[in-house]
Amino acid sequence: MTGQPEPLKAVPVRHPGRWVAVAVIVVLAAMFAHLLLTNDAFHWSFMFRNMFTPAVLRGVQGTLLMTVLAMFFGIALGIGVAIARLSPNPVLRGVAWVYTWVFRAVPRLVLLALLGNLNILWPQISFGVPFDTYIGKIFGITDLHLRVFEGQTRNLLTGFVAGLIGLALSEAAYMAEIVRAGMQSIDPGQEEAATALGMRRSQTLRRIVLPQAMRVIIPPTGNETIAMLKDTSLLIYVPVTAELFFQLSAVGSRTFLPFPMYVAASLWYLAMVSVLLVGQHFLERYFARGHRTEQARIRLAGIAGEQGGTL
Amino acid sequence: MTVPDAPPPHVMVRADQVHKYFGRLEVLRGIDLTVNAGQVCVLLGPSGSGKSTFLRCINHLEKVTSGRIWVAGDLMGYRQRGDKLYELRDKQIAAQRRDIGMVFQRFNLFPHLTALQNVMEAPLRVKSEPREQVREQAKALLDRVGLADKAASYPAQLSGGQQQRVAIARALAMRPKLMLFDEPTSALDPELVGEVLDVMQGLARDGMTMIVVTHEIGFAREVGHQVVFMDAGVVVESGSPREVIDNPREERTRAFLAKVL
Ligand SMILES: Nc1ncnc2c1ncn2[C@@H]1O[C@H](COP(=O)(O)OP(=O)(O)OP(=O)(O)O)[C@@H](O)[C@H]1O
Ligand SMILES: [Mg+2]
Repeated sequence: MTGQPEPLKAVPVRHPGRWVAVAVIVVLAAMFAHLLLTNDAFHWSFMFRNMFTPAVLRGVQGTLLMTVLAMFFGIALGIGVAIARLSPNPVLRGVAWVYTWVFRAVPRLVLLALLGNLNILWPQISFGVPFDTYIGKIFGITDLHLRVFEGQTRNLLTGFVAGLIGLALSEAAYMAEIVRAGMQSIDPGQEEAATALGMRRSQTLRRIVLPQAMRVIIPPTGNETIAMLKDTSLLIYVPVTAELFFQLSAVGSRTFLPFPMYVAASLWYLAMVSVLLVGQHFLERYFARGHRTEQARIRLAGIAGEQGGTL
Repeated sequence: MTVPDAPPPHVMVRADQVHKYFGRLEVLRGIDLTVNAGQVCVLLGPSGSGKSTFLRCINHLEKVTSGRIWVAGDLMGYRQRGDKLYELRDKQIAAQRRDIGMVFQRFNLFPHLTALQNVMEAPLRVKSEPREQVREQAKALLDRVGLADKAASYPAQLSGGQQQRVAIARALAMRPKLMLFDEPTSALDPELVGEVLDVMQGLARDGMTMIVVTHEIGFAREVGHQVVFMDAGVVVESGSPREVIDNPREERTRAFLAKVL
């Protein structure tokens, strides 16, 4: 080690405000811990005994499955609606606008309750030629049935399917807005360059615009996924039984001890959302690759680190 | 009304009475232009004279309001049957654009792809050529613009001059018959202008047909076969570099040259 300069010695900046804040937080935390330990209404051991029963674990499975499926269909449909919103075709634009308007205006809870009771509207669902009986009458045939497939609504539209449809339709409206904002954030020069190379609109969207828009789309989509995981608790109004909150509430009402089971639900959602947050972090990093702002962010984080703070 | 016929084969670009309105603003007011195969045409003109708009009409990024443009014998954007015109579909226009490369003032490289991927993208997606062949060709093109060692770099890691050279390679990857350049060096630091002009000069030497909008009068004089001076949406004068740059006939041309020289 020849010629290595001595590290600079200086008195670091003092932060008295931080110590005051720490003191306040310690006191508040102590009070909260005291409450948790001394108040019998928590029924801790009862809660832990009932938090991991096979039925509850199946509920957790159902909740996760529902979140994945609803987000999958919601994102796919949302991308379609966003592309329609930005299409040169005025009919598509209009349909997409009406779609987002309706599904953003109707509350999720109300939508789910509606879908859960669809069998009142149509006890039977069938797929085939529309208005077949009317067409039959025109040609003098009574009871013309041109149907490929028929079934009882109750059997086809189980609680799970009805809930999935409701959540996916509603999610698609929000995802459409997110995707649209992402696509519009891309420099028009990108689309122009791709077009000039002879790429078609669909290729340009898929290969050039959407991958870049991902950087803008991913963070809010992460938030949407987290919100979706929590909104699966609304499925209790469809009702969907294979779901966490339904199962925990059921234990609560059966035992007349609802409060500990609500605490259990909070803990379960806290744990599941924490896993999602970690996943979101890595996704964001992947989609920021090759981007100037990402490099700037890394540099800034370095500077902030030197100054003893975080970004 | 008499319908103008497609130009003879040695004509790469013909514009016939091209008018373009943006709303009520008339940006192009009857442009006629002929560029023969293998020739370099340099477009000069003050800001706002419609040079970019005209280039964008040539590859149909902008629809002309009236008039016609042929590139390599194709009527751009339309099909003619008798004396009736039919608009082409997105797919057919895209096919026409494959013969025309374009290089932009602000490069417009795809920032999420490496230099090599930028060059490979269009031949892979548009022409569906085999990947290995496209990769070899893309490497050769990057080598040709002097960037063989930057194949794995993302655009954000390249200098302006390097980015513009990748953009040229990207356009060449479609093996165009015509290259359009819209002020390719205006966004560059002065010391980076030369490397891009060198690449363009090399292309011209290899016989590429080019239309170049630029303020680099030296390039126009040395490389251009034909110089066109535009102002306020009309062609004020055109001819060889010696005629237009060294002995301009029109007052407006002289005034413009006095400012940029
Ligand atoms: N999309 C558009 N909508 C409305 N007006 C436009 C549009 N594009 C260009 N214009 C107008 O058309 C005129 C010509 O623009 P153009 O970009 O073709 O000029 P230019 O000769 O390329 O100028 P510069 O040297 O500054 O690039 C300008 O007045 C411009 O404001
Ligand atoms: Mg311009």
